Amino acid sequence: MTTTAGRAIGNPSGPKPSLRNKTSRGSILADRAATVALWGTGVLVILILGAIILHFALAAWGVVSLSFILSDPSETTLGGIFPVLWNSVYMLALTLLIAVPVGILGGIYMSEYAGENPITNAIRFAEESISSVPSIVVGLFGLILFVDDFHWGFSALGGALALTLFNLPLMTRLSEQALRAVPQDERSASLALGATKWQTIRHVVLPLAIPGLITSVILTAGRVFGEAAVLLFTAGVGTPPHYNFLNFDLTSVASPWSPFRPATTLSVYIYKLQSEGLGAYVNQIVDGSAAILISMVLIFNLGARYLGRVLTRRLTAV
Amino acid sequence: MTTAAINPEPPVVRRVEVTPSRPGAEEFAARPDAIKLATDNVSIMYGQKVAVRDVSMTVQDCSILALIGPSGSGKSTFLRCFNRMNDLIPGASVQGEVRLDGENVMEPDVSVVELRRRVGMVFQRPNPFPMSIYENVAYGPRRRGQNDRRALDELVETSLKRAALWDEVKDDLRRKSGLALSGGQQQRLCIARVLATDPEVILMDEPASALDPVSTLRIEELMRELREAYTIVIVTHNMQQAARVSDITAFFTMAEDRAGYLVEIGPTGRIFTRPSERLTEDYISGRFG
Repeated sequence: MTTTAGRAIGNPSGPKPSLRNKTSRGSILADRAATVALWGTGVLVILILGAIILHFALAAWGVVSLSFILSDPSETTLGGIFPVLWNSVYMLALTLLIAVPVGILGGIYMSEYAGENPITNAIRFAEESISSVPSIVVGLFGLILFVDDFHWGFSALGGALALTLFNLPLMTRLSEQALRAVPQDERSASLALGATKWQTIRHVVLPLAIPGLITSVILTAGRVFGEAAVLLFTAGVGTPPHYNFLNFDLTSVASPWSPFRPATTLSVYIYKLQSEGLGAYVNQIVDGSAAILISMVLIFNLGARYLGRVLTRRLTAV
Repeated sequence: MTTAAINPEPPVVRRVEVTPSRPGAEEFAARPDAIKLATDNVSIMYGQKVAVRDVSMTVQDCSILALIGPSGSGKSTFLRCFNRMNDLIPGASVQGEVRLDGENVMEPDVSVVELRRRVGMVFQRPNPFPMSIYENVAYGPRRRGQNDRRALDELVETSLKRAALWDEVKDDLRRKSGLALSGGQQQRLCIARVLATDPEVILMDEPASALDPVSTLRIEELMRELREAYTIVIVTHNMQQAARVSDITAFFTMAEDRAGYLVEIGPTGRIFTRPSERLTEDYISGRFG
C-alpha cells in the first residue's frame, strides 16, 4: 500500500515520462541557427584579420630586413624607415607621457570623487562624444592652436598634444570604467580597516583596476601608432633627415630628441608615399612599413599586458 | 494513505537552544563605567525614507550584543552607525548620538579613520583582498605607517593565532592568496585582519551566513574567545546563533511605515525565555518573520 501510494504521488496513473527530446522543433532550430551564426561570425572575424596579416606578411616578404628597419629613407632605392619608425615610437612615448597620468587621474576623479549628478553625467556624455569627433577635425584644431597660435610650426610636441586631445576623453572614460568595475566590497573592507580614501584607492582600487587601465592605454597606443590625420596638420609630413642621436640639443630641429622638430611618423609616411610617392620602390616600401606598423602594435600590446601582470603582482603582494 | 502522504507535516514549533545567561549579565548592565557603546535616539534615513527610528541602547564592555529581527528591520544599517560606514552610502543620514567610550562619534571633527581603527568590522560575505594572506593581515597596520618587518611578522602571527587560522596557513603566508582559502578560512582571515588593527569593538554583519555549519561553529567559538578582550556587536538571522553566542540580545522589527525600530533589549537568556514584548515572543517562537 505504502509503496504504490509513494509512486502514485510522483507519477499518477500515466506512462513514465521519456527522456527523448520533446522540445519543440522551433526552439531546436533556433538553437542550432544561433550556434552556427555565432561560430560563423567568430570565424569570419578571425579570417579577415588573418587575411590582412597574411597579405602584408607576403607583401613585405623580401622587403623587410634589418637594413630596411635601420636605414634612412629613399624612394628611388629601396629606402629604409628608421627615422619615421623612431618618430612613431617617440610620438607614442610623448603622448602617453602626457595622456596616461591625466587620463588615469581624471578616471580616478570621475570614478571615486565626482559621483553621479547632472554635471558629471554631462561630462561623461561629452567624453564619449568628443572621442568620436573625426580625427581630421582634431588635426585642424591642433594646426590652429599649436602650429599657428603658439608659433611652434610643425612639431612633435604639437602632434603629441593634439593626439592627447584626441585620446584623453576615451582614456578617461575607460579608466573610470576600469575603476568602477572594482567591487564596492573591496573599498568597504579597506575603509572599515581605517584606511583613508586615498590609501584605499592607491592600495586596493588601482591594483585591481590595472588590467582595465592597461586596456585603455593599449587602445590609446593603437590610435597613436595608427593615427595619420591628426598628425598631418600638427607634426608635419615629410621625409625626415638623417638623425644624429648624439645631438642632445633639445632646441635644435635636427636633434631626434627634440620635441620641437617636425616628426613624420610611420603611418603619416605611409600616407605620404602612397598618395604622392613617385619612386620605383614606393609600393614595396609601403608594404614593408605596413607590416612593421602591425608588428609594432602587436609587440606593444603584448608588452603592455606583460607589464600589467608584473605591476599587479607588485602592487597586490609587496 | 495517499492523501496523508500529500499533506504537509504538522507545524513544528521551532525550538531555540538557550544558553543560560552568563552570571552577572544583569548586574553588568547596571555599571555605567563599563558602557562601551551607546546610542541616543538614533534615526537613520535613506533620502526621505526612515530606515531606523529612534534607537537608544547601551553596550557593555567585553560583551557580545546580538541584533536580531526580520529582514528589513534595519539591523545592519544600525550596526553601521557604530563605525560610520553609513557615511559611504549616498543619501544616508544619521540623527542622534552614537557614543564610543562616552564620545559622540557623529561630531564633525571626529576622524572616521581613527574611529574605524577602534571599531573594526567583519562583513557578511568574506572579502579578503586579492593579496597574500600575510598582506591581508598586514594591510591595516601598514596603512598606519607600520613598516617594520619584524613587528609586522609578529603582528600577523598573533592576529592569525587569535583568529584560529595560524596553524592552517602558517606554511604559505606569503605565497598563498587570501582568496585561495575556503569560505570559513576567508572569514577568519577577515577577522584576523581586523584584529591586527588592534580594535576595541568588532562589528559583525551576519559573519556566518555564507558559511557551512562547521565553519559557523568555529566562528562562534572564536567570538566567545574574543569576547574576553573585545566588545562585539553581531547582526544575525540565525536565532540559535544569537542564543548561543550573545550576552545581550536586541530585537528589531519594522513599523507600519517599514522603518526599523528596537522592540526590546535584554540579557539573551531572558529574551529567549521570558521576552517582555509579544512581538519578540512571536518572532523567536517562529510565528513571525
